[in-house]
Amino acid sequence: MVMNEEVMQKENVLSEFVSLQEKFGDAVAQVKEGIDCPLLVIDKASIVEVCHVLKSELGYEQMIDLCGVDMSEHPSHDEKTPRFEIVYHLLSVTHNKRLRVKVLVNEREMLDSVTEVWPTANWFEREAFDMYGVIFNHHPDLRRLLTDYGFEGHPLRKDFPLVGHAEIFFDESQWRCVYKPNKLENRVLIPKTWPGVDRG
Amino acid sequence: MAEIKNYTLNFGPQHPSAHGVLRLVLELDGEVVERADPHIGLLHRGTEKLFEYKTYNQNIPYFDRFDYVSMMANEHAYALGVEKLLGITPPERAQYIRVMYAELTRILNHTLWLGAAALDIGAMTVFLYCFREREDIFDYYEEVSGARMHAAYIRPGGVARDLPEGLLEKIQGFTERFIGYVDEYETLLTENRIWKQRTVDIGVVDKEAALDWGFTGPMIRGSGVAWDLRKTQPYDVYDKMDFDIPVGATGDSYDRYLIRVEEMRQANRIIQQCVAWLKENEGPVKVDDYKLTNPPRATIKDDMESLIHHFKFFSEGYHVPEGEVYAAVEHPKGEFGVYIVSDGSNKPYRMKVRAPGFAHLQAMDYMARGHMLADVVTILGTQDIVFGEVDR
Repeated sequence: MVMNEEVMQKENVLSEFVSLQEKFGDAVAQVKEGIDCPLLVIDKASIVEVCHVLKSELGYEQMIDLCGVDMSEHPSHDEKTPRFEIVYHLLSVTHNKRLRVKVLVNEREMLDSVTEVWPTANWFEREAFDMYGVIFNHHPDLRRLLTDYGFEGHPLRKDFPLVGHAEIFFDESQWRCVYKPNKLENRVLIPKTWPGVDRG
Repeated sequence: MAEIKNYTLNFGPQHPSAHGVLRLVLELDGEVVERADPHIGLLHRGTEKLFEYKTYNQNIPYFDRFDYVSMMANEHAYALGVEKLLGITPPERAQYIRVMYAELTRILNHTLWLGAAALDIGAMTVFLYCFREREDIFDYYEEVSGARMHAAYIRPGGVARDLPEGLLEKIQGFTERFIGYVDEYETLLTENRIWKQRTVDIGVVDKEAALDWGFTGPMIRGSGVAWDLRKTQPYDVYDKMDFDIPVGATGDSYDRYLIRVEEMRQANRIIQQCVAWLKENEGPVKVDDYKLTNPPRATIKDDMESLIHHFKFFSEGYHVPEGEVYAAVEHPKGEFGVYIVSDGSNKPYRMKVRAPGFAHLQAMDYMARGHMLADVVTILGTQDIVFGEVDR
């Protein structure tokens, strides 16, 4: 009986998005139940419209988090799927529920900004741009956020080395700070391992 | 008529009330703020990059250094996230210890906030009063973890070690004294005319704006939204605790001050309940799986398997099943969340930290517009900004 109730609840959780699927058709590429909250995968062309509906009709008033993920070194990643995932975490204060929305984008592809839906997306998108180089269309002010003025590269990409490319020094003769190419080595103290793999 | 131009003022990064390293570019018309552009990242340490090169166990101390005035609350979010991925639940005693320390941390954070914000506005004494109580809590941190601040005490699967003898009596003594201390703070500020003139109707945020700008914690409760993760999405043993959530009416700086003061009293209540339970009930403080936690020191001396587990745990760490999870706690500042993407290995594939201060500071421009220059300091103070978490 308890099992049945759980199954029922799960169906209810996802049935919330049936209207969304009817409305947007293939733009809602995937709806599934995650460990903690439901997950929607949305086509990047219709992200803003879907977010408007999520906010006004389904009650997700708050965007809690937006972040990028570079999937290029993930074991499940293949060549055909885009390199980056942009992950939105939404929260409904009235209905007390969470939702994870994902959009897949490739390098040099533009993604529409959701700042018009939730103004708080502004800095989160700036951060994603800074860290991954994903460009947000119609963003009011897409500057770098966390890295230094004039920083080159996108540090959270998997092909960006942990030690970086440049070191900062104070130059006595010029009386200012200057960047020099760094000579640090990338040390690995504990290698990355998977269960059941023999490490010799 | 003379042409009047806007004046651009560079506030910080070395200004004492910039709460660390905020560079705020203010566009002023006379003394009225037209636009505020916060430049952050001066404390950016690339922690999210470092996470990807460290095992799950090695990542715990980084969490102390996010919001460095409420250390254990950060660890708590991380521990909950990893536990969700591993599918484990810590023993009940560990959950009570966590909740007790999370609430001690709330007092730790709010006393620093009260002291620093009052100092920004010009009240010196509160700062000295608040730091007196912080010292006691640092002692409890030290007794349990060996470190006054960066404890690394709450770990996935429980807590690092059980409470030392006599600590609960000390904490109980503190909770009995502390209510009187909160009254002392209130006599200094609550009815203080200058304090009210500086905070009432400053930085008003209505309900809708608070939701739009991603406010959480005391900031959203100040705007009249009764939202607290400890009540709405309870974790650990918060559902067994009896406490109230203060909610503001106008959403100004004075409301947020009152809420934080009341939260200290409520935190005190929760600590008392935890102390009472912990005195009665003994038990393990971490899960009984030596793949995920370290075995007791004594068993290592004569048990080969324990020695291997110990070595493995502290070198290779443990593997976390593939998947993704978002775990959030009601941090003293708001919702502190951790989004973990695991690829099944012993290191996180991607870990994103959702810091409450990041969203709050972003609304600086919205809140400060049309206010006087001196109010910027009040607004910044009332947002409870700590740069460790904003810049990560």
